Amino acid sequence: MMIDATFWFIVLLTLGSALMVVMNEKLLYSAIALLFTLFGVAALYVFLWADFLAGVQVVIYVGGILVLIIFGIMLTNRITSVNISHTSVQRGIGGFAVLGVLVVLGLMILNTPWHQVEYIEPAQTTATIGTLLMMEYLLPFEVASLLLLAALIGAAMLSRRAE
Amino acid sequence: MDSLNTYLFIAAILFSLGLFGVITRRNGVAVLMGIELILNSANLNFLAFAKYGGMNMSGHIFALFVIIMAAAEAAVALAIIINIYNNFRTINVDDVRGLRQ
Repeated sequence: MMIDATFWFIVLLTLGSALMVVMNEKLLYSAIALLFTLFGVAALYVFLWADFLAGVQVVIYVGGILVLIIFGIMLTNRITSVNISHTSVQRGIGGFAVLGVLVVLGLMILNTPWHQVEYIEPAQTTATIGTLLMMEYLLPFEVASLLLLAALIGAAMLSRRAE
Repeated sequence: MDSLNTYLFIAAILFSLGLFGVITRRNGVAVLMGIELILNSANLNFLAFAKYGGMNMSGHIFALFVIIMAAAEAAVALAIIINIYNNFRTINVDDVRGLRQ
């Protein structure tokens, strides 16, 4: 009962703040709403038995990407100007199209016989993820590190002031 | 609450909201926030299928790689947005049309 209430509260928090992210007129409020969405998704990861991924979500998304986004807002607006705001265009037709996508997705979810296997909750997932990364997924792991290095150098290159 | 469909519906709604943000927002940073929502919904799907498909850990690895990719994407996208701002003095993606100036 208690866990049910917690679950639905988290779902409401996640989806409500996600709505705020896309609807709010003030860009900075959108960024703050995104913080709550990311925390909500991390909590849903815990419900999905993904403890390690929940930690990674908080550290990388909240600690890294969100800070980058707020930096982006601050650097592309004059702080002194009052309206760090932004407008949306064609909300009506956009909402209609997205609603169509949602209906198609919902019908697809309801009508597909998903392959489901009962399983008991594992004690922790970190050890398994570590083993898999070092054994089966070693090449993607190394490629990901190369991607991060390339992104680091590329971002520094791009944002450097031209001589 | 404890069913695969619940999580799939949550992810579908999150995806739709992200898509709505991407197609209606005109500020470059706001479009980026919509993309983050879409990536999160994809991750939610990966983990839901991992749990209800017999705790298949490959789903977790995929979600991890999605997060890594999102970090790289956010860094490069913001570098590009700041460059656009320096060149055009706006980040309204509809106004950024010139290829050279």
